[in-house]
Amino acid sequence: MHEVVIRNGSVLTSEGIIEADVSIDDGVVTGLGGEIAEGVVEVDAKTCWVGPGFVDIHTHLREPGYEWKEDIASGSAAAAAGGYTAVVAMPNTEPAIDNGPIARFVAERGSTAGLVDVFPAGTITMGRAGETMAHIDELWDAGVRLFTDDGDAVGNAAVLRLVMEYVAQLGGVISQHAVDPSLSLAGYMHEGAVSSRLGMYGIPSAADHVVIDRDLELVRATGVRYHVQHLSSAGGVERIAAAKAEGLPVTAEVTPHHLMFTEEDVASTDPDFKMMPPLRRSEDREALVHGLTTGTIDVVATDHAPHAALEKEVPFEHAPDGVIGLEWCAAVVNGEVGLDPVTFFDRMSTSPAAIAQIAGHGEPLSVGASADVVVFDPNQTWTPTTSVSKSRNAPYLGRSLTGRVRATIHDGRVTAGGG
Amino acid sequence: MRHLLSTEALDRETLTALLDDADEFAEVLTRPQPKVPALRGKTVATMFFEPSTRTRMSFEKAAKALSADTMSFSPGTSSLSKGESLKDTVLTVRAMGVDLMVVRHKATGAPWRIADWLDIPIVNGGDGAHQHPTQALLDCLTIRQHFGTLDGLRIAIVGDIRHSRVARSDIFAMSALGADVTLVGPPTLLPIDPDAWPVDVSHDLDDVLEELDVVYLLRVQTERGGGSVFPSLAEYTTRYGMTTERFRRLKPDAVVLHPGPMNRGVEIGHDVADDERALVLQQVTNGVAARMAVLFALLGGDTDA
Repeated sequence: MHEVVIRNGSVLTSEGIIEADVSIDDGVVTGLGGEIAEGVVEVDAKTCWVGPGFVDIHTHLREPGYEWKEDIASGSAAAAAGGYTAVVAMPNTEPAIDNGPIARFVAERGSTAGLVDVFPAGTITMGRAGETMAHIDELWDAGVRLFTDDGDAVGNAAVLRLVMEYVAQLGGVISQHAVDPSLSLAGYMHEGAVSSRLGMYGIPSAADHVVIDRDLELVRATGVRYHVQHLSSAGGVERIAAAKAEGLPVTAEVTPHHLMFTEEDVASTDPDFKMMPPLRRSEDREALVHGLTTGTIDVVATDHAPHAALEKEVPFEHAPDGVIGLEWCAAVVNGEVGLDPVTFFDRMSTSPAAIAQIAGHGEPLSVGASADVVVFDPNQTWTPTTSVSKSRNAPYLGRSLTGRVRATIHDGRVTAGGG
Repeated sequence: MRHLLSTEALDRETLTALLDDADEFAEVLTRPQPKVPALRGKTVATMFFEPSTRTRMSFEKAAKALSADTMSFSPGTSSLSKGESLKDTVLTVRAMGVDLMVVRHKATGAPWRIADWLDIPIVNGGDGAHQHPTQALLDCLTIRQHFGTLDGLRIAIVGDIRHSRVARSDIFAMSALGADVTLVGPPTLLPIDPDAWPVDVSHDLDDVLEELDVVYLLRVQTERGGGSVFPSLAEYTTRYGMTTERFRRLKPDAVVLHPGPMNRGVEIGHDVADDERALVLQQVTNGVAARMAVLFALLGGDTDA
């Protein structure tokens, strides 16, 4: 008798999608296809896709420092509910993850929660102040592979260049929040027809572009692996496509909210549509959908950014940036982009694990591999009304979504759904 | 009409009905006893989270002329300075027994948020650079009293349209009433992407001056100074100021409006401001009548009297 058996799913393997049953014991896949005996836990995966658990390389778990918004345990539970088996925790905590001990603390808290593997990202600069190099070696030794001052771009090109050189020799990744701080200074939504009508201060798409353009020049000089966070504009997608054509070591992500919403949604002045970079034009949304489909954009990352209800119960411009997304990201990608299962798992699991250099996640299922698995029903329509996360700042609540996680299995244990 | 938040959705019929009522209330205000009992027993609260004296006084005068009671809230001396949230503040005032709130706030959309939280009519007394609908009503009332109609009038709104809630409200109301609106200013003061708006755009006041029936001058925010959105106040006056020389070139029956407070010598010449064709004080008087029309429209239907 097996510990867990997943029946009748369409399973992603190295040979592509096959119809098969999967057995799991002691944290590894023990059977794939053929006759499989009964499991203590049986997951019915009829009409479902079965593949490697999702990997989010852009999650704000808020611990340490902002535990009223989220903590590592509650964020891990939200991740498991959304089909994730690994997340990369952003370092804009208080204190920031700019040294080894804090990185180890975050990883250990993740292990204690035990619902997903938590990999801390490290900052680029001390305290995210943009001035001096973070403890890059300590962070590297604590397992950090992705470096970012997320929440802010590194504005000083000289500082960024030196950290790029340093990280390049280690083989790490610079992950940039590509929004120019001076062009975005007064703004809080996309600068365009809607901001103009609302009298709101705008953030032009150029704010993203000038950072990407500058950074690509520094990538040419340093050879560092460079990842652009949360692309928001058609111009951003074009720049990534050109950089890849040139052969630069560049990758990019898109968030579920940028795949689903546009500046028009901001006209409601609902603070759950306030994030950085902002929701842009419908042409931009279409370019992001197309970029993800073709692979110019490598991955979907949630930028899961919890804020307490009281922080969003204010006029739009006073609200903090960000929305949560772990629990609905797969459904949004499925419903808005409509990828085939092989491409879907590439963008949600395989490429994210590759970019963040996470072993044991994101690989097609095979006997002997680590049992980090998601069972996803691409056809189920549902309307979420609440969240597992501590926070509720989600524009998805009350909307019909297509696609739902039926079960998540981490290290051979069912962490969400199932039964 | 449950709230008055914006002029964007107001059609010609609704605007005309409000202006017709405002005309009647303007007559009431000229009586020896300028008061009617229409809203006796109702309480209007003015919630001005952004300081303003003139607009608040105008609303309070309008409420009192309709025999409503008034209460006022000022951020400086209030619970807000003790850390109370906006939501708790308005819920608290509502719980005292308030039938309508006039809200001014420096954040776009704040009156909409408050309208979601409360169960009473909300009048937008100005939100950020977004909307100031009663200003548009008093402006249209003033123009209609002078010309009899807005149909076919050429109106130029001159100055810092990008940061102006007055302009955003006037544009939609004036257009709905049949006027042709032109926005005039340097590119840095004009709205971004105005294609969706019912307006023409010009960077040259002298080019359009002689065709205009109404010149609507916006206040130059002198605290912004020069050097950021335009080079200097002097250069602004040279290019866009309603100087005596420009005033002489206007059509003989053209009028000048200004929402106040004026910067004499900057956007409006000293003598121009005192000319009888500068309708600035008539606008102020009409402000009370227009706000009476709004309060009556939102609260008058369910009076027991």
